[in-house]
Amino acid sequence: MPDWDPTRKNPEEKPDDSGVSRRDFLRISGITAAIPLVAKPKLVMAAGEQIPVHGPGKVAMQFNVNGKTYKADLEPRVTLLDALRDQFEITGAKRVCDRGECGACTVLMDGKTVYACSVLAIEAQGKSIVTVESLMHDGALHPIQQAFVENDASQCGFCTPGFVVACKAMLDRNPNPTPEDIRHGLSGNLCRCGTYDGIRKAIAQVAQKGA
Amino acid sequence: MPNYAWPQENDRTLIGTRVTRVDAPVKVSGQAKYTYDTHRPGMLYGKVLRCPYAHAKIVSIDISAAEKMPGVNAVQIVQGPGSMIHWEGDEIVAVAAIDEPTAEDAIRAIQVKYAPLEHLVSDAEPPKNSAQGQGPLSADDIDDMLDNQVPSQQMVSQIKQYGLTEKIDEDTLKQLKADGATDDVLNAIQAATVHPEAAQRPKSNYQKAAVQTIGDPDQGFKDSEFVSEGLYGVPVITHCCLETHGSISEWTDESHLFTHISTQNVSGIPGQMAEPLKLPATNIRVHQDNIGGGFGSKFAPDRWGIFTAQISKKAGGKPVRIMLERDAELKVAGARPSAFARVKVGAKKDGTILAWQSESWGTGGPGGGGMPPIPYVFSVPNQRKEHTAIRNNIGPARAWRAPNHPQAAVLTMCALDDLAAAVNMDPLDFFSRNLDLTKPRQEIYREEFAIASDLMDWKNKWHPRRQSSPGEIVRGVGLSIHTWGGRGHASDCDLTIHPDGSVDLKMGSQDLGTGTRTCILIVAADTLGIPINAIHLLIGDTNYPPSGGSGGSTTIGGVTSSTRRAAVDARDALFAKVAPALRAQPEELECVNGNVRVRGDSTRSLSWKEACSKLGAMPQTVRGKNPDRDKPPDLTNSGVGGVQMAEVEVDTDTGIVKVKKMVAVQDCGLVVNVKTAESQVYGALIMGISYSLFEEKVMDPTTGRMLNANMEFYRLAGFNDIPELVVRMMTGKGYDERGVIGLGEPPVISPGAAISNAVANAIGVRVPFLPLTPDRVLAALQPKAGA
Repeated sequence: MPDWDPTRKNPEEKPDDSGVSRRDFLRISGITAAIPLVAKPKLVMAAGEQIPVHGPGKVAMQFNVNGKTYKADLEPRVTLLDALRDQFEITGAKRVCDRGECGACTVLMDGKTVYACSVLAIEAQGKSIVTVESLMHDGALHPIQQAFVENDASQCGFCTPGFVVACKAMLDRNPNPTPEDIRHGLSGNLCRCGTYDGIRKAIAQVAQKGA
Repeated sequence: MPNYAWPQENDRTLIGTRVTRVDAPVKVSGQAKYTYDTHRPGMLYGKVLRCPYAHAKIVSIDISAAEKMPGVNAVQIVQGPGSMIHWEGDEIVAVAAIDEPTAEDAIRAIQVKYAPLEHLVSDAEPPKNSAQGQGPLSADDIDDMLDNQVPSQQMVSQIKQYGLTEKIDEDTLKQLKADGATDDVLNAIQAATVHPEAAQRPKSNYQKAAVQTIGDPDQGFKDSEFVSEGLYGVPVITHCCLETHGSISEWTDESHLFTHISTQNVSGIPGQMAEPLKLPATNIRVHQDNIGGGFGSKFAPDRWGIFTAQISKKAGGKPVRIMLERDAELKVAGARPSAFARVKVGAKKDGTILAWQSESWGTGGPGGGGMPPIPYVFSVPNQRKEHTAIRNNIGPARAWRAPNHPQAAVLTMCALDDLAAAVNMDPLDFFSRNLDLTKPRQEIYREEFAIASDLMDWKNKWHPRRQSSPGEIVRGVGLSIHTWGGRGHASDCDLTIHPDGSVDLKMGSQDLGTGTRTCILIVAADTLGIPINAIHLLIGDTNYPPSGGSGGSTTIGGVTSSTRRAAVDARDALFAKVAPALRAQPEELECVNGNVRVRGDSTRSLSWKEACSKLGAMPQTVRGKNPDRDKPPDLTNSGVGGVQMAEVEVDTDTGIVKVKKMVAVQDCGLVVNVKTAESQVYGALIMGISYSLFEEKVMDPTTGRMLNANMEFYRLAGFNDIPELVVRMMTGKGYDERGVIGLGEPPVISPGAAISNAVANAIGVRVPFLPLTPDRVLAALQPKAGA
């Protein structure tokens, strides 16, 4: 991202004329740090279309998380995971590898599992985000959560929310997965304590009951 | 004298049963808060500039641009110009800013000039004649030995033999004691000769320890009818805790620090932060609700814990969060020392092991590291052992679940398995024949062997080694045995019974995910005859009575013993208050099913709540301790045995190893909660499969950097890699009466050796080093061609 490298000696070179330049942003926010400074997107022509370009300053964003609306002014480089955790204090999804390898940040976006660390917050706007926190219903655990509890499928528990969401999504798609389906469906999540055996039993329990 | 002993099997209501983990619901619903999840009002976000070189001197640092950046609250130089850096990723400058992106920008704005120096990141076999003889020891050397669990007698003899490079002061002695130095070691240090000139001598990367000899190894080999020689080894691996190391520190006033820290050692943190922060330990409060993995790497505040507190002070006391990035976690936050050896072993033709000889080497990073305890478990009568420690620039070693034992198991059990093949014996028969060398646990191993071989169907699955034909998919089985101490650590707790019948228990311990909370509650509830959910358990804070760090499988014995003593005393004190109302003597009372009643007379009974109302206006708190010689018996014990067997399938075309089945038979004295105990063993088997097949900290010899500092190429076992797992806990007579013994370490020791032995059984040749990756398997299958 050389375009807004703050260490650059000559920020005037930046071809940015409609929003607030990085340098301006830094200067202004230095004076008025308490007031969130939000820039409007700049429109540029690309492939014959007008494309809004956001940033580098903060952008007003709005999210639908677990059925509620959340608003925040965030830089476009902020991930959905960091927005959830640091802005909204929805911390069920964990930051572990931060690059789409371990699945601890798994959430549902429009019903599909995504790694929240690998989705930009700005792109998650207008989509329905569901996190592990909303799987309980009227104070009762979701059947897959209950099965995790009964089969001791968590130890330190740091990977558990990601696994719970991934299991739920897999079982919603396919209530009676074969062992092969399960291996495939959960291949994107990693555990360090070694709870896979409990997770396997939890899935078997729910699949039998037909969740 | 109250009876603190564990209840007999018939009198137990919860102890020894299968109880569901009490904190599972908050974990599965995302409500459990970890250090990483903690948000404090006005919290700043910290980032760290790390050295890109494995060995360098810092020439200059310019932080002026970063300091001027809007949103940056504080910049702190951690290691200034002139500092020597000994591993890639070491901390140079820390920044605290209003958010993470700003902190990242500030890090990029810092200019550091380094003078790179030559580095060594290899732990390959030391070149001939490169090793320097062991010289006088420094305090760091002694600390390394403690980290590496070098036996006390061995430390004493080395200190006597070599002397010290410096007079060791009182503070350092205290520190060494805190790190586990025995009184014998401390006395030897105080009596040792000091050779200050030795401190000036440049240190070689290779340090050879004195040859250790037991019996008459030459005669032993002469008497051996079969001798097997082989090369075996385990590389450096990392802890890869899913929650990275880190903390959130804030100053509640000028002289009081409040820190949330991801730690295995809540009670032990203030004492370690006091000196560097020049603050009384009592002014430091530590809190942790949950921890996302430690595995031996999280006992100290670490340098980053200290500078997080310092930078918070610089930022006016505001809370600052610094959690390590994933790459930093893998580079600097702990590694398990490697261990390699050329081993020669000899036996009579009936399988009796006679002699052992090993030239071993390995690295624990800058500190070098000690020899693993080889030969492991089997006290071979005639031994000759030489070890060379390699000091290099891969970053510091830390205790990794069962420090040194998994390495020792591979070096020993693989060599013995090859010897069994040379003698042409089934390794199960071969190991069984030599169990007298495993004193004092030979009967336990014998019993476990019988159970494990049934569960594995060993007799049908084992076959003599044979050469595989190219393209064949072959199967094999292997086994290993292990041991561990696991005596309970020092633990204090306060149990309070309130006049309204509510009960709380406070203890400065932590639950690593092993089930500590559940086990504390099981003991308290079983003793008081009330349900688990009637007790409010508070752990994870220095405001509660201190309890030891959770390492070395010491937690379960410690926390259950202190809880038992507190609960017995609280119950007996309650009996004293209630007895008049029940027209009985206190010793005639019992509490069962939520009632306090006269034993054998159901008409004289009070509900728990009614009984507690007799306490009067004030709640009643008692302190439970472990150890407590005034309140016998000893409730915890040391020393366990375990047997594991693995079955693998190897594709000789691709070299891919698949574990098909694992069996673990484990004893750990009295099992408090069978359910979470089994989970510990399942987890250990899975962790074992992971380090056997995939894990290795790969260093680039040219740049000195770690090449796989992420979770794609530092591979952990996934769902797909997990075979059928069979776990059997040894319980009942012969086990329960030994008291509570730790379980975290033992079952993670044997998988490497058992899986390697199974692969050797499958393909007919030994793959010398873990992890058993396809390239290594194919190389072992290649007929030797010059190289």
